[in-house]
Amino acid sequence: MTAKVGVVVFPGTNCEHDVVEAVDSVGGCGRLLWHKDTGLADVDAVILPGGFAHGDYLRTGAMARFSPIMGAVTRFARDGGPVVGICNGFQILTEARLLPGALYKNRGLKFLCQTTRLRVASTGSVLTRAVGIGDELNIPINHFEGNYVCSEATLSELRETGSIVLTYKRNPNGSTSDIAGISNKKGNVVGLMPHPERAAHPLLGSTDGALLLKGLVGGE
Amino acid sequence: MSQAFDAAVEVSLRDGIADPEGLTIERALPALGFSGVSGVRVGKCLRFVVEASDEAEARRQVEAMCERLLANPVIEDVDISLSPAP
Repeated sequence: MTAKVGVVVFPGTNCEHDVVEAVDSVGGCGRLLWHKDTGLADVDAVILPGGFAHGDYLRTGAMARFSPIMGAVTRFARDGGPVVGICNGFQILTEARLLPGALYKNRGLKFLCQTTRLRVASTGSVLTRAVGIGDELNIPINHFEGNYVCSEATLSELRETGSIVLTYKRNPNGSTSDIAGISNKKGNVVGLMPHPERAAHPLLGSTDGALLLKGLVGGE
Repeated sequence: MSQAFDAAVEVSLRDGIADPEGLTIERALPALGFSGVSGVRVGKCLRFVVEASDEAEARRQVEAMCERLLANPVIEDVDISLSPAP
């Protein structure tokens, strides 16, 4: 059965069509969901795509957390449904407390738009179940606030529970422990700063992102 | 009867969180002849008027706003100032 993936659009989101295209290309069926919706219809997974939800006012993700759809996303996540936040979506998931920590301004105070080399650190998440530990992936980042910050206690917990999912081979933004992506303990909620949808076709220079999305839509 | 209070909420990065903006400003000041400046931290200030029965109630409300929206406790601290609105 084709996995239906709901891609949430907030005012200011700008990567939704790329994500739908990439999801469809790996055998899933992407469909857009509006942030004012209060339900998720019958989707099998949810992606919060990149952009500048609600203009990133106050803090990135701070206002999006209160969009009506986030109640349904939170319930879906708590029930074990796969939820992936890409870039701004990752920032929203931390503000919504579905993932620990926060994303802060890049160490060099520069907006970074470049391909990064990532290392798969855990295959226990819904996004990394089709790749292997230690695999290296080329996937671009595109952010100003991708510097992952958390307390020492949170970092230890992430390590102990295998919740650090992806790390940068060469840290571009000052992120704690080179973190590029994390998951919750169950592995069904994942946030990452790199954009897998931008590495999902040979014309884009890499298809490594498609491996991640394939894991998401490929089912259990 | 409710009273109006001027609220000022100063949001700053928690100690221990690197502040690249503050560091950049600190490095720029000596070039302008301001030597001996250290510990520059950049934050933001939110000002608004809040109505409450008394100052303690106003403070409780503003603290709740900070907790839920105005600041992110993972990286930010808040300092709340209240005074009766003129």
